Amino acid sequence: MTETAAAGTPRTHRPRTLAEKVWQDHVVVPGEGAGDAQTPDLLYIDLHLVHEVTSPQAFEGLRLAGRPVRRPDLTIATEDHNTPTLEIDKPIADPISRKQIETLRENAEEFGIRIHSLGDADQGIVHVVGPQLGLTQPGMTVVCGDSHTSTHGAFGALAFGIGTSEVEHVLATQTLPLKPFKTMAINVEGTLREGVTAKDIILAVIAKIGTGGGQGYVLEYRGSAIRSLSMDARMTICNMSIEAGARAGMIAPDQTTFDFIQGRPHAPQGADWDAAVEYWSTLATEDDAVFDAEVFLDADQLDPFVTWGTNPGQGVSLNESVPAPEQFEDLNDQAACRRALEYMDLEPGTPMKQIRVDTVFLGSCTNSRIEDLRTAAAIIDGQAKAQDVRMIVVPGSARVRLQAEAEGLDRVFKDFGAEWRFAGCSMCLGMNPDQLAPGERCASTSNRNFEGRQGKGGRTHLVSPVVAAATAIRGTLSAPADLGLQVPSVPQEV
Amino acid sequence: MEKFTTHTGVGVPLKQSNIDTDQIIPAVYLKRVTRTGFEDALFAGWRREPDFILNREPYTTGSVLVAGPDFGTGSSREHAVWALKDYGFKAVLSARFADIFRGNSGKQGLVAAEVDQQDIELIWKELENHPGTEVTVDLENRTVTCGSFSTGFRIDDYTRWRLMEGLDDIGLTLRSEDRIAEFEQSRPAFKPATLPARTA
Ligand code: SF4
Repeated sequence: MTETAAAGTPRTHRPRTLAEKVWQDHVVVPGEGAGDAQTPDLLYIDLHLVHEVTSPQAFEGLRLAGRPVRRPDLTIATEDHNTPTLEIDKPIADPISRKQIETLRENAEEFGIRIHSLGDADQGIVHVVGPQLGLTQPGMTVVCGDSHTSTHGAFGALAFGIGTSEVEHVLATQTLPLKPFKTMAINVEGTLREGVTAKDIILAVIAKIGTGGGQGYVLEYRGSAIRSLSMDARMTICNMSIEAGARAGMIAPDQTTFDFIQGRPHAPQGADWDAAVEYWSTLATEDDAVFDAEVFLDADQLDPFVTWGTNPGQGVSLNESVPAPEQFEDLNDQAACRRALEYMDLEPGTPMKQIRVDTVFLGSCTNSRIEDLRTAAAIIDGQAKAQDVRMIVVPGSARVRLQAEAEGLDRVFKDFGAEWRFAGCSMCLGMNPDQLAPGERCASTSNRNFEGRQGKGGRTHLVSPVVAAATAIRGTLSAPADLGLQVPSVPQEV
Repeated sequence: MEKFTTHTGVGVPLKQSNIDTDQIIPAVYLKRVTRTGFEDALFAGWRREPDFILNREPYTTGSVLVAGPDFGTGSSREHAVWALKDYGFKAVLSARFADIFRGNSGKQGLVAAEVDQQDIELIWKELENHPGTEVTVDLENRTVTCGSFSTGFRIDDYTRWRLMEGLDDIGLTLRSEDRIAEFEQSRPAFKPATLPARTA
């Protein structure tokens, strides 16, 4: 089944990485020349995810040129960035948000593209919807006009974000001209301690290699700690590859991957399933393949990780304190630290666990899947919320919401005093009304803590769902252990 | 994309260097969902000044912008090129272009012609002495002509070829359409399709 590449694709005999295999199996026209002068490969795209923010001009471009969408059957659209999470049956108040969503609906209709609109059971954050429908599978190329497309790499797909003109290019041709990425292995060996999660792994990776450390690379997460993670957790890790500057993140498909996909609406069936699994099983990086760079992380030593600053690399263990600028060697890092501390209104030396928050946001394509909700619900169940903390729970998709309700998780959140919302990006970026007020401080399970990301003047600490739950109880950044609570293990999503 | 061989139109002297994309089109205009109709957004900040050059006759009908060095720096927004094109500009002359702007221009059919600064100044002088003078940009021969003055300009071979053939990125890729179709034939049957839609 590896003989799927087009005729003329050069076959290499050196051992290959996962990323290289997927790449080579999608080359339609190989580039010419060598080195910097090499022209791009023309790469076939298996799945194109579309949402309302980055697609309007792409569709307009098609219209202006009189071009159709080449493969509507490899394209799917949903509404997420602008959608309200309250009163979803009322017209969207903000005219720009409304216009973007209406435009997407019109374009989907005109070009024959499947769309899951607000109110539909498969509406939700585009990166939650693809895997949930079983459309994201190993060995595929997946693109979307959104940087967190890297999420789908958890399945062993090569998945990356693209710009609006590339969206148009894929719509028109189902291909993209691209130069190959370099490869970086992120080896995480060992066993995570109780209360330490995938989110802590990726925050630690980013703190280690920096927000530019992955630039030009596809990261491959490997090692025993990664192998033992569920698919929901693997998606959390790959999701934030972009925060390390990487184009994509990948994890080799294995039995966990296959189990997750099997039986989903778009999973292969019968003989196709067998053929697919046979092919997927050939994709893992070969033993003596060489990566362009390698990083090692010890899972046994990891604590819950939280950010103190205004980029995702500015993080520390929850047991540590806010750093002082002088602790950084690099002068730029010192300046960045000073600026971040001022924006975040934090004093160096303050224990992270003493930082009081106003809001806890459980959501975003990083941590809004069913396992994230189950974990947080299991921790808060029977506990009382800190009085002046507001907690907002936003499921990643309408289906996750339905599933959570079927399991009674909504009751747990509501009894606790949290707000139970409809699906979307919500406070991850505040394009809808879910925003922080100026000066407000938030423990957020999302992926970006940039200045103003969650609302003008808002202050974001990136945390795992475990830390989010404990923080909502105690009112300050906390782990369940600080409350004498255990972290119950919850069923994995299969 | 329209093929470009030669264009003649009113030259607009914009005597400034380092015109960044925020000046060409301010960020507030990026919220639109359209790809055309950005003519009002072009230099929107400057156009509020009544004596800005594009507010004065005969420049309102200009189609060749003659600017100072380092044109198109700053953010990578493609909207900068859309705005220039929508306004009616077919070519921009400058001694130096920002790389991304130059790349975006080539993709959208706007000629970014690199002309030595001393020649730019001669063209400015001609345009100021005789407002409304037309400038001819001859892509085939890589020359610009303004009144009695004529000089060469630089543009890379690949971009020139694309502009002359009227090929945008998509047009170029579609030249390999048979290869794409052939590849599609070889895709395994187990690869998923979004249609017909299936849900849980
Ligand atoms: S949840 Fe946040 S990061 Fe994810 S797609 Fe939406 S806005 Fe982007």
